[in-house]
Amino acid sequence: MSDPISALQGASFQGFASVREIGPVGMITLRAKGLKSLEKAVKSVTGTKLPAQRRIEVNGDRACAWMSPDEYLLMLPYADVRTALTSIAKSLAKEHFLAVDVSDARAVFRIEGEKADQVLQKLSPVDFETLQPGELRRTRAAQVAAALWQQDDGYTLVCFRSVASYVMGLLVHSAQPNAELKS
Amino acid sequence: MSTRLSKGGRLINRSAPVEFSFNGKRFKGYQGDTLAAGLLANDQMLVGRSFKYHRPRGIVASGPEEPNALVNLGSGARLEPNQRTTTTELFDGLECTSQNHWPSLEFDVGVVNNYAARFLPAGFYYKTFIHPRPFWKHVFEPIIRRSAGLGKAPTEGDADRYEQAYAFCDVLVIGAGVAGLLATKAAADAGHRVILLEQNPTLGGRAPVDETEINGQPVDAWLSAIESDLAARDNVTIRTRTCGFGVYDHGYVLADERVADHTPGDGRPKHRLWRIRAGKIVTATGAIERPLSFAGNDIPGVMLASAVRDYVVNYAVSPGDRTVIVTNNDSAYQTALALKAAGLDVPAILDARDAATGALPEAARAAGIRVLTGKAIAKVKGSKRVTGVAICAQAGEGAVQEEIPCEAVAMSGGWSPVVHLWSHCGGKLLWDETISAFVPDAARPPLNHDGSAMVEVVGSAAGHLDLGAIFDGVAQMPVSTRVETKGRRKEDTKKTVKTSVEIPPVWVMPQGAPLALRSKMWLDYQNDVKVSDVQLASREGYVSVEHTKRYTTLGMATDQGKLSNINGLAILADSLGAEIPQVGTTTFRPPYTPAMHEMHEKAGAYFEPVGLWRRPYCFPRAGETHEQAVHREVLNTRQNLGLLDASTLGKIIVKGPDAGRFLDMLYTGVMSTLPIGKCRYGLMCNEQGFLSDDGVVARISEDTWLCHTTSGGADRIHAWMEDWLQCEWWDWQVYTANVTEQYAQVAVVGPNARKLLQVLGGMDVSKDALPFMQWADGTLAGFPVRVYRISFSGELSYEIAVPASHGAAFWAACMEAGKALGAMPYGTEALHVMRAEKGFIMIGDETDGTVIPQDLGLDWAISKKKADYLGKRGQERSYLTDPDRWKLVGFDTLDGSVIPDGAYIVVEGSNANNQRNVQGRVTSTYYSPTLKRGIAMGLLKHGPSRMGEVVEFNTVAGGTVKARVRDTVFFDKDGEKQNV
Amino acid sequence: MLILECPYCGVKAEETELSPGYEAHLKRFGPGSSPEEFEAYMFARKNPKGVHFERWRHTYGCGKWFLAARCTATLEVFGTYPAQVSEPPPEIIEKIKARRPDWKGFK
Repeated sequence: MSDPISALQGASFQGFASVREIGPVGMITLRAKGLKSLEKAVKSVTGTKLPAQRRIEVNGDRACAWMSPDEYLLMLPYADVRTALTSIAKSLAKEHFLAVDVSDARAVFRIEGEKADQVLQKLSPVDFETLQPGELRRTRAAQVAAALWQQDDGYTLVCFRSVASYVMGLLVHSAQPNAELKS
Repeated sequence: MSTRLSKGGRLINRSAPVEFSFNGKRFKGYQGDTLAAGLLANDQMLVGRSFKYHRPRGIVASGPEEPNALVNLGSGARLEPNQRTTTTELFDGLECTSQNHWPSLEFDVGVVNNYAARFLPAGFYYKTFIHPRPFWKHVFEPIIRRSAGLGKAPTEGDADRYEQAYAFCDVLVIGAGVAGLLATKAAADAGHRVILLEQNPTLGGRAPVDETEINGQPVDAWLSAIESDLAARDNVTIRTRTCGFGVYDHGYVLADERVADHTPGDGRPKHRLWRIRAGKIVTATGAIERPLSFAGNDIPGVMLASAVRDYVVNYAVSPGDRTVIVTNNDSAYQTALALKAAGLDVPAILDARDAATGALPEAARAAGIRVLTGKAIAKVKGSKRVTGVAICAQAGEGAVQEEIPCEAVAMSGGWSPVVHLWSHCGGKLLWDETISAFVPDAARPPLNHDGSAMVEVVGSAAGHLDLGAIFDGVAQMPVSTRVETKGRRKEDTKKTVKTSVEIPPVWVMPQGAPLALRSKMWLDYQNDVKVSDVQLASREGYVSVEHTKRYTTLGMATDQGKLSNINGLAILADSLGAEIPQVGTTTFRPPYTPAMHEMHEKAGAYFEPVGLWRRPYCFPRAGETHEQAVHREVLNTRQNLGLLDASTLGKIIVKGPDAGRFLDMLYTGVMSTLPIGKCRYGLMCNEQGFLSDDGVVARISEDTWLCHTTSGGADRIHAWMEDWLQCEWWDWQVYTANVTEQYAQVAVVGPNARKLLQVLGGMDVSKDALPFMQWADGTLAGFPVRVYRISFSGELSYEIAVPASHGAAFWAACMEAGKALGAMPYGTEALHVMRAEKGFIMIGDETDGTVIPQDLGLDWAISKKKADYLGKRGQERSYLTDPDRWKLVGFDTLDGSVIPDGAYIVVEGSNANNQRNVQGRVTSTYYSPTLKRGIAMGLLKHGPSRMGEVVEFNTVAGGTVKARVRDTVFFDKDGEKQNV
Repeated sequence: MLILECPYCGVKAEETELSPGYEAHLKRFGPGSSPEEFEAYMFARKNPKGVHFERWRHTYGCGKWFLAARCTATLEVFGTYPAQVSEPPPEIIEKIKARRPDWKGFK
């Protein structure tokens, strides 16, 4: 079998902020609500606690994000997804839940630099001044759905794989040199 | 002549000269100039021609209200028509040309319209070109279109980049004059996050020109203090060159930032559209000076008094050695004093009022300027520029008392608050008799999401025409209240702010002017609407201001009536014998300132849009037409092996204890009884009963199903599922997940399909191990796959899902292994032809939102036992159970031709609209390469009981095609090919 | 452009992040219902000028459907609430009554 190939094979751009496609990143959509063993199931995969409303809990290369009252997004190394799904199925056996591999359905970008927020400010109707560290915002980037959050020296943005080149185009256009919104 | 003064000019940098050109003439200007100032400094008074009469037009204003001085700016890929010279910053190398003239600006053929003016009254086009009807399209319109129009449309693509950005704040202040600066400080002091927008490059508004001191400080000192105070604050963002042009619901404001208009080609985006969401909006947009209506008020050299002083003070530009002032209020006296201070001559101030006793008139008299009260301009002398004025009594009919030679006329008809942003979301207006103008009615503001006032107005935009009133107004602003102490909305705490400025109404000058004079009094300079036109409209029965606007075109030019509206209204009101507030205003609408897939590609695929996707239509080879390619793809798939990229098929996982029950409600058939490992075709209808989607459902486990939807239907069907789960059956335990993009899906189709999978190797795909309508997980050539044995072509067929990031590699592996088996890719058109040959329906072809499954003979897919499913009640309606409904059948053309797309099945006679009677229509029609003739499906009245009958389809050419009614399965009726 | 707060995720979403779902609190009539009941369910909409209850989906966010009470004339929003109810919650009703004393009430 071949190696998995991310949508844009790691495309990158350097403007007033840097933009690069990362991945493939392992992702699991977990839908469940109010289950006793949920906390444990998540912890076994990401090593994090269950995130509160709109929060993302990060643990190295693993994370768990709150997506809706009954939906979480688990992020982990691509190669570990199958084992993780087995682990979740075991933890939540006989409970009502849904866990599916969505690693290949997504594209992931990193926007980095001191002015990374200004790149995103041109694309999403989000008040970045009030967006808290560790808060995940589901919104749109221009015409497509996106999820983004602040992490380390920048932001991570997740979108659907089919629109990866469109989103890369948006990010490149927004990060052009000398197009800062403020110095 | 207009010229540059040797001293002064607060905005220009004399050490930074720039060169620019107008109609090819080279001119010199300075950094800091506007294009209009630069033109005037070079004595270019004539800048354009009017729209209808092609009359000479000069610069009238110094801001965005300028109606005349519009130019084609730049050239080639940076040509922009209709650019306002008064707001365009001058830069070195700027090129511009004048508009609306032929063959030249100085000599314009269209000026004959001027002499024919009495044949071109208001509504002329409506009245004249109505008969004979065909003449409008073929004769009148082409000629009118050629001679009309303003700037040239660019022929090259735009060289520049544009962008947009979102911003959020508690308080947005629009306009950085004294009121805007004070409001920003007050809101910032109260702890709010504030954004201040200013359309000009500098802050301060009119104060540096109109005031001598503010709060006891020199104007410049006061301004620089407040500017540095605001700039130092973390909670204040100031954006210059940014015009807030539209206020929308719930505090949404659009603003245009002219980032690099003045530095073209420097790599920055040219413009930026700001989408700002504000808690409260404070408009401090100032007021615009009104022209006066006197004969010849459109001759180049007649300018707004405020503009004259702007040019003198800001740019050291003299409009002429001698300027006559004509006014109905004190503010124009400032112009006289400014001109005098610059060493220029003011032969007279003509004041329409009977007395002028304020401080400014006294100062003018003290400066030795001749002040004539009760006087008016009877007529302006000159054609391409002003040469003098004839004076008369304002109270009379225009008998000339004296003529005064001059080069310029500075006029002031009072001030109109810029209320547009207040009015965009429904803020109401009051007529203020003190200043003869509409002002915002604070009691009836535009409302926010919580029902509170969304917009507050301060400064002269609120009708506060003096500094005292401006300070008082800002102090009373609710947003000046600290955030922490903000409790319930304070209602009606606002006191009335008194302005000491009085402006009496003077709408026509002189008051008793006869038609000869009134027909030379311009209201709308660009569209050539005169006082006499509005009066004519009134006599012809136009009562509504909105109708009058459209009839006369008053206020429909690029300045959108900023100058002309109030004067026009006043004249309409007078003609109607009504008060101005009763006549009302036209609606203020935004904007305020008129603003604005690699593999298949490598294989040479020709794409078509399918829903939101782009899918290969066919894979033409060198020298092949698309039609030939499709035929080859169909025949090869039927004879050997075809590969189709089916990745766009929607895939939705449905899981939970109630998932079976849920799917039984969603589909017309029964999905809960589907055994694990098997597939079943299903139909979904909306509640009206109409067929909305179809696809194959696979049972994955005890509580999990996978639903395939049509390409492009995944998001819609997923939303439909979630709607029912969240809003109707919220107690059912079901989870869904749209996994469409997780998998690439390859259809391996044709007699050699199984052989290919066996070559790839890894799992048993034999007839016994994987029979028709079953699925299995496994590996093929090392790829993790799920194989569905389903067929949309009637051939032996496997649809193989692999994770998307392995899709391209898996496709390549199939093509490589398939070489010896005759594998060729095929596109969506071959898919369509093959499904039609088998009589399979396609959502969007056989359905159009008015078709129920029963119309398509799909009764076998509808459960008779289920008590309920979505659409069941809808399908029970009498119209849908009518035996006369058109039903799906197949057609063989008698001559083997292909029935045209969209053709109707005609019968004798015609209906009440004189249209041919019809009894059905074609839904899918193709040339079948397999059968070598045209095949079609369609809906026909009583269709299934009319087998063998010959019917007629109409053609575009007007003839008919005869076809015999038959069943819908054209090929392999017993399904022997797919069941091997 | 409207702003509505999604009651599930707390995001003050702008209209472009939402999809409209038209009138809320409709009672479904299926097989066995009279033609009049089915017509009322399928086609008869209140479309009032004033207080109105609507369905909205936070499409570009959490994907949940919620309900909103607002005035169609002034665009004042009285509140948003989860969709799993058959009539507006009492606190929303109270709020509307306080703001619109003349309102004739739900139904």
